[in-house]
Amino acid sequence: MTQVKMTVNGKAASGDVEGRTLLSQFLRDDLGLTGTHVGCDTSQCGACVVHVNGEAVKSCTMLAVEAEGAEVATIEGQANADGSLNAIQQAFQDHHGLQCGFCTPGMVMSAAALLKENPKPTEADVRHYLDGNICRCTGYHNIVKAIMAASGQDVSAIAAE
Amino acid sequence: MYNFDVERPQSIADAVQALSREDAQPLSGGQTLIPTLKARLAAPSVLVSLGDVDEMKGVCMSDGGQLCIGGATTHATVAAEAAAHYPALASLAARIGDPAVRNRGTIGGSVANNDPSACYPAGVLGSGATVVTNAREIAADDYFQGMFTTALEEGEIVTEVKFPIPQAAHYEKFLQPASRFPLVAAFVARFSDGVRVAITGASNDGVFRWSEAEAALASNFSASALDGLSVDSTDMISDLHGTAEYRAHLIGVMTKRAVAAIG
Repeated sequence: MTQVKMTVNGKAASGDVEGRTLLSQFLRDDLGLTGTHVGCDTSQCGACVVHVNGEAVKSCTMLAVEAEGAEVATIEGQANADGSLNAIQQAFQDHHGLQCGFCTPGMVMSAAALLKENPKPTEADVRHYLDGNICRCTGYHNIVKAIMAASGQDVSAIAAE
Repeated sequence: MYNFDVERPQSIADAVQALSREDAQPLSGGQTLIPTLKARLAAPSVLVSLGDVDEMKGVCMSDGGQLCIGGATTHATVAAEAAAHYPALASLAARIGDPAVRNRGTIGGSVANNDPSACYPAGVLGSGATVVTNAREIAADDYFQGMFTTALEEGEIVTEVKFPIPQAAHYEKFLQPASRFPLVAAFVARFSDGVRVAITGASNDGVFRWSEAEAALASNFSASALDGLSVDSTDMISDLHGTAEYRAHLIGVMTKRAVAAIG
């Protein structure tokens, strides 16, 4: 076992892990942060996306020890300080950007990474950025709409489908 | 996944030293290796992470006009930082996998793995790049030696790849949308002294140069110069996504599109 230390959602976190322990396992099993979902475990689906040093990564395809010393952000740290939903989360609710909700943590974390890099994306930019986030319910239209809305753009012309 | 130790060296020298341990294997971005370990297709006793080796990261231009990319540089970094110097290569990097994969996966890992459907081998071979290791420099034409096979020796790591900059180039990728690998892709690069055409995703022998197309394009750089040329489907990959004949056909289509895009 190796001791690993990192900052998760602004707080110091540490634990003893095996070499093979995935970051997703460490977050869920050791830290109890079960908002990070493991959908496929084969790095296809994106439900496990978190930010490591500000960049979106698939936490099921990174070892916990590789995050030693890193700043990790998960869905649990996304709400505003007063507990209200942040702009992206609120837009997902307002525009019905989820149905079962399983993919939603990864979608929100990918959306946050996109909007940091590209604050006013086009609809095509959003769809392209979500290449690695799979949703089996919504058909993506309302997810795209929610992210466009969260970027402050007028989405009234985007049909709800 | 079977368990293993993880070493995190800070320098190339320490990484090479760590790789001398029995059953040690380098870990770069892990976007192929970690899924492979989960499937128990590999069982190293030690993984030597290259993620902290800062001297293997970054993109720069050499005095000789070559684009030098450190082996541990992510696809996202290449997509952003190589764009001004070698747009076709940056575009290739920008289309690998998805954004989260590009934030972890590295050029050195891709080139060392030499997946027969990976993007980077086409860019490296199509550019006539040089693969630099901790021990030597290897020309791309000598480096790729078949499916998942390279000139690398045990414990040798790709520290850098050096690209000559062509006059113009384009990477045309026919996406296999589930894996996000190319079903077939062509990298075409036009230099003052000739044309290079590298094909990935098609052959059971991995990436290869389509020499007939190179010869035709050297004398007439236009899509029509490729009319009538075809590739024998005998050694092409055949799977549920496409037959060998389909892949052989796509080689011509992708190469023509790449040439047309260069103009």
